[in-house]
Amino acid sequence: MSFEFSLIIDSIPKMLAGIGITLELLLLSMVIGTILAIFILLMRISNRWYLCWPAMSFIYIFRGTPILIQIFIIYYGFPQFEFIRESIFWPMLREPYGCAVLALTINNAAYVSEIFRGGVNGVDRGYLEAGAALGLSIRQRFIYITAPIAIRLSIPAYSNDVIGLMKATALASTITLLDMMGIARTIVAEYYAPYEIFISLAIIYLIMTWIIQNAFGLLEKRMSRHIRQ
Amino acid sequence: MINSVTSSEPIIRLKDVDKFFGGFQALKKINLNVEKGERIVVCGPSGSGKSTMIRCINRLEQHNAGHIIVNGHELTDQVKDIDAVRREVGMVFQSFNLFPHLSIIDNLMLAPKLVRKTPKPKAREQAMSMLERVRIPEQADKYPSQLSGGQQQRVAIARSLCMNPEIMLFDEPTSALDPEMINEVLEVMTDLAKEGMTMICVTHEMGFARSVADAVIFMDEGEIVERNTPEEFFNNPKSDRTKLFLSQILAH
Ligand SMILES: Nc1ncnc2c1ncn2[C@@H]1O[C@H](COP(=O)(O)OP(=O)(O)OP(=O)(O)O)[C@@H](O)[C@H]1O
Ligand SMILES: [Mg+2]
Repeated sequence: MSFEFSLIIDSIPKMLAGIGITLELLLLSMVIGTILAIFILLMRISNRWYLCWPAMSFIYIFRGTPILIQIFIIYYGFPQFEFIRESIFWPMLREPYGCAVLALTINNAAYVSEIFRGGVNGVDRGYLEAGAALGLSIRQRFIYITAPIAIRLSIPAYSNDVIGLMKATALASTITLLDMMGIARTIVAEYYAPYEIFISLAIIYLIMTWIIQNAFGLLEKRMSRHIRQ
Repeated sequence: MINSVTSSEPIIRLKDVDKFFGGFQALKKINLNVEKGERIVVCGPSGSGKSTMIRCINRLEQHNAGHIIVNGHELTDQVKDIDAVRREVGMVFQSFNLFPHLSIIDNLMLAPKLVRKTPKPKAREQAMSMLERVRIPEQADKYPSQLSGGQQQRVAIARSLCMNPEIMLFDEPTSALDPEMINEVLEVMTDLAKEGMTMICVTHEMGFARSVADAVIFMDEGEIVERNTPEEFFNNPKSDRTKLFLSQILAH
């Protein structure tokens, strides 16, 4: 088997043309997904069945099915419903881009809300009792005590999730989006050199992973400054 | 005459209080009156219900029967009354429970800002004066994990005092401390007692009980077995259970 370095050198800039889409998918679904996750978390821990059950179902369904299936259902399935075609969301759902963002966001929200719930459960009850004894309301205890501690506890798992999400953006290429993966697939189809192209692409993803890992490492260090002696 | 009657209305009143954890009865018909300015020490074997009793007073635990009236508010499910009571009742825990993500000064300022709506400069000034009162103003900008146990517990006391409570509850404040740090905390508590604070302290520090308490209460198996002045309690205990308990802890 021959390994053509010139092909690698040529294809990397081409694939990098898709990095914008990869990053957009990542950032949009990360930010919107995290906001959504907070609402789902609040529903999940509300102790009210009519809020808790929908949240649990949401989490179960979107964590329990392959994200590729979710993408396909949204992209191929939704247009068959008239009410979706007539809704205000149609301009977004008509585009593969919108479908990919929606699927990634929902999936990510399900995971992140569980990560945050782990953080909330990890907060020592003693701190909350101290807050209660000082007269803080339940809401104040959540905002000023539980949330900051839970967020710090969640960072390692959250950082893993963001890396997973970044890799999941490659699935958007299955519905014709030209992210880095989409471009790589067209190049492979053209030159029939899967090794060179996919290995170069893997290296690009590894570099992105490295950046994400380190960014969260710094964040965690900063947020843990009160723990170091 | 009428005045003296009203002024002797106890600031804390527990009347026939029962508390169950599932099928287990942790408190059995507890009756306790505490006058304003009184200093009560509570002792008794592990599991006798000491923590449960004082935690009922600021409703960290909910009693199942009987009445608890604190500073004129009866504790029921009414959130308003619970908040009103908690504002006036400070509590110090065995494990300090300082907020780990906040600096010492922020630990002290949090509740006054949120609950009393004290403006920030005023809250800071007050927090600094409380830190001076517990003799560690120089630690204001550190985080709890950077302080020794004794320092943390003094900060916890200062944090409660920032709310200007009428009553202070202490749940074994020195039992998680290394021996050499116990005195610095007891000194702060003694100062408070001298200033006339109403205090209920669960503690096995018998020296503190002798020198500070107006009354010592002995609990066993969810009941108040004996209430007495420190002198009588230590020199002339009424019940056999008390005698046994005293012989055990004084043997240490
Ligand atoms: N949350 C709870 N759930 C179930 N049982 C509990 C709970 N809290 C306390 N108990 C039980 O109630 C009894 C009284 O407990 P409590 O903590 O009041 O004792 P204590 O006198 O403070 O003991 P110690 O000296 O060990 O602190 C114990 O038997 C304990 O196991
Ligand atoms: Mg206890």
